[in-house]
Amino acid sequence: MHERFDEITQKELADNRAAQHVVKVCVAAGCLSSQSAEVKTALEQGVNGRSCKVKGVGCLGLCSEGPLVAIEKHLPDGSSQNIMYQNVTPEDAPAIMESLDKEPVARLLCPTDVPFFQRQQKIVLENSGEIDPERIEEYIAADGYRALITAVTEMAPFEVIEQITRSGLRGRGGGGYPTGLKWVTVAKAPGPDKFVICNADEGDPGAFMDRAVLESDPHRVLEGMAIAAYATGANEGYIYVRGEYPLAIARLKTAIRQAQRMGLLGSNIAGTTFSFNINIRLGAGAFVCGEETALIASIEGRRGQPRPRPPYPAEYGLWGKPTLINNVETFANVPTIIRKGGDWYASIGTAKSKGTKVFALAGSIVNTGLIEVPMGTSLRDIVYEIGGGLPNGGVCKAVQTGGPSGGCIPASYFDTPVDYESLKELGSIMGSGGMIVMDESASMVDVARFFMEFCMTESCGKCVPCRVGTVHMYNILSKIYQGEGTPRDVELLEKLCDMVSVTSLCGLGQSAPNPVVSTLRYFRHEYDELIAGANGSQTAVAPTTEVAS
Amino acid sequence: MSEKVKLATVWLDGCSGCHMSFLDMDERLLELAEKADLVYSPLVDPKTFPEMVDVVLIEGAVSSEEDYEKIKKVRAHSKVLVSLGDCAVTANVPGMRNPFKVQDVYNRAYIENADYNQHIPVQVIPPLRKTSVPVHNVVKVDVFVPGCPPSADLIFYVLSELVDGRIPNVSGMTRFGA
Amino acid sequence: MKRQANVRIKTLKIDGIDVGAREGETILELARENGIHIPTLCHLDGVSDWGGCRLCLIEIKGSNRLVPACMAQAEEGMEVFTKTPRLVTYRKMILDLLLSERNHVCAVCVSNGHCDLQSMAQELGNTHVGLPYLNPSLPVDATHPYFIMDHNRCILCQRCVRVCREIEGAQTKGAMGRGIEVRIIHDLNEPWGQSLTCTSCGKCVQVCPTGALLQRGKAVGEMVKRRDFLPYLQMMRED
Repeated sequence: MHERFDEITQKELADNRAAQHVVKVCVAAGCLSSQSAEVKTALEQGVNGRSCKVKGVGCLGLCSEGPLVAIEKHLPDGSSQNIMYQNVTPEDAPAIMESLDKEPVARLLCPTDVPFFQRQQKIVLENSGEIDPERIEEYIAADGYRALITAVTEMAPFEVIEQITRSGLRGRGGGGYPTGLKWVTVAKAPGPDKFVICNADEGDPGAFMDRAVLESDPHRVLEGMAIAAYATGANEGYIYVRGEYPLAIARLKTAIRQAQRMGLLGSNIAGTTFSFNINIRLGAGAFVCGEETALIASIEGRRGQPRPRPPYPAEYGLWGKPTLINNVETFANVPTIIRKGGDWYASIGTAKSKGTKVFALAGSIVNTGLIEVPMGTSLRDIVYEIGGGLPNGGVCKAVQTGGPSGGCIPASYFDTPVDYESLKELGSIMGSGGMIVMDESASMVDVARFFMEFCMTESCGKCVPCRVGTVHMYNILSKIYQGEGTPRDVELLEKLCDMVSVTSLCGLGQSAPNPVVSTLRYFRHEYDELIAGANGSQTAVAPTTEVAS
Repeated sequence: MSEKVKLATVWLDGCSGCHMSFLDMDERLLELAEKADLVYSPLVDPKTFPEMVDVVLIEGAVSSEEDYEKIKKVRAHSKVLVSLGDCAVTANVPGMRNPFKVQDVYNRAYIENADYNQHIPVQVIPPLRKTSVPVHNVVKVDVFVPGCPPSADLIFYVLSELVDGRIPNVSGMTRFGA
Repeated sequence: MKRQANVRIKTLKIDGIDVGAREGETILELARENGIHIPTLCHLDGVSDWGGCRLCLIEIKGSNRLVPACMAQAEEGMEVFTKTPRLVTYRKMILDLLLSERNHVCAVCVSNGHCDLQSMAQELGNTHVGLPYLNPSLPVDATHPYFIMDHNRCILCQRCVRVCREIEGAQTKGAMGRGIEVRIIHDLNEPWGQSLTCTSCGKCVQVCPTGALLQRGKAVGEMVKRRDFLPYLQMMRED
């Protein structure tokens, strides 16, 4: 198998070098929504006999400046030169093509020597923006599927798990549960039938990490799943991907078909006894289906509602069989860990949080987009260095991490290194990696209300605290925000926060109060001011009546 | 001998059933009268609420602007406020209009169901508030006595405790709708 | 030494009392056997457990997570607490949530005096509801010739859904919607009277804890439910 891969790699490299210029157009959802497909067509039409290859690639990261086009120029000495263009329109195509052998088009240049590009360290996104996500050959040429072949032909399942355990990799979906431990549990669970599920039901507002991975490098996820299946003894896999990601679904389907054709999925992978198939299941837009037991119910064709754990899916999962569920980004880390070794991976990051993490930067920030940084990078670096700060030199008030289950971290804590433990200590969570930056104008009560509304409408309605508690909390937050709150409302709100988080059935309800708790912790004065304003209008009336009587 | 406890009862939006149950204490009313004076009530003559009353029983939900004004005033002049009966405690039957718009309620009462003189009154009848709510949604309530109506025995127990200066515990003795 | 692995009886403590449990027995079953009362609204002997009402939450020593007694299995050496102050507080709040959610007007309800929700309020000492009522506008489905579904009284315990699926096997009843909008439906949200799958067996009515499901023609306080048939049915089927 490795020989065949070498052959493909040689051919790909040769093809690549044959063209003097490789023009890479981002065709992930962000850039596609600003006409990058048209840009690509226009560029292809402009080739006109030049020694130039135009191809679609995955996310280049700086989504706010899309469509992005990267150009790789091969120099005679064998080295290459890279430039990037931003905000490219189809009308710019002729100018870009004309300039290939001359000076670059200055007005479109996107500086790449800035922290946004320099400070990142890419593992999960290493192929994003480099390879064509619709061609398995390019993934193979980028060392893809080698880890799988190595694993199934040269390693015993427990050796694979050992590498994952040594890497210190933790679940990237939000919980941060040690991945190696999860794999061991499933591997040790008795029974011939086991399943591997990839959770691609990314639903946090402002989060788009998993989508980018699936759209930019789908094979990486398939490979990670296959390695996991080999390690745990599973032979059937499911990707549960939300229906709102049509492009990711299309690319996954293409990738699965290609991998099957190459014998990398299916029966007797690489001539071994290991067989593994992957099916796609589409979510219908319910946030709660990101919760693993609800996700399993949904795959089984039942109403997407969680059930109490234990038993955990590792013992009693899909169709009652031992099931491994990991998130997209977790699986995407696996091939590199197997290829480079667990110890290598563990050398990146902090003491308890290893490796890198992909974050989606959104909100009031200059560089909206996707970044991958080592665990332990400070929020200040992420917001002000990599993120380029706030537009028009605005002052950052807080960063919301972890989506509706997370919390707001005030600017005064920006020097905290970002890892699972430190975020938890600050009353937030790592979550799946969404970061929403807020400037001074943001009302934190309104922020809390927004996320509470999200949880309220996304509650599945199974357990009472989440179903009804979130409604009461939302009503109280609205009342306070509209200037009609009383100190008693805050008291009640705090009681409800505690009760809902402790008594709810699943993670959705248990974490629903987090945005309220964290804004109460750091921005209590905003609540108090709104309430004082409300009472102020009443006390203002009192003296007048006294004078009148 | 110490002064008698000042007792009042207030009738908001309720059917007067709780007051009937109060009267059902029969001869035990005399027993209470030895320790308490009924200083204000739909059942007695005085028309103004005294400066300060020790124990006040409230029947009925807060439904109209008049109820609202009245309960605020009563609270300010009461030491122990008792929500007596389901209407005061839960809004009960008056609250059944809450899922509907006030205008629809008026139309139903004064137009659709009226045989003669179909019009919505604008004088004398105090305007309805948006919803009928339990008393404790408007002012602080010290004792809750659910029941529809609470039995005379229960009212006697509650008042006996209160006139002796104790706060009664009624849980287990009554329930919503009892 | 080998024999120890096959021990099927677990010994544990509930509220300080030593109890013995069979393999796979839940804390709720075990507590009941030993005369320890744990409140619950969604549990029903004879059908599967749901874990949604959260009233039977218990504390287990060494864990700060609360778990529903109806679905927690007895383990060797466990120390279970069913009546700690915080459990009592949470139960009362959960009941307040239920009472505020829909329009529960006991005084005019067919189930007045025979209602699990009403007696739960009495049992837990909820003499009033500390939260504002939500006052939703909800329909009453009176299309069925024998029975009526009043959504105003429904607490979404899903006993009717489970008995319809697991005992009658009709699967007429289900749930739709999310969060506060969840409704019990018949077939694909059709009027009950037009359901082609409903066998009109009435089991759902008998297991309903409140006045949400009732027989036609019942007036206030007249709807008395019979539950004894369920464990009996299940026992006969097992034999």
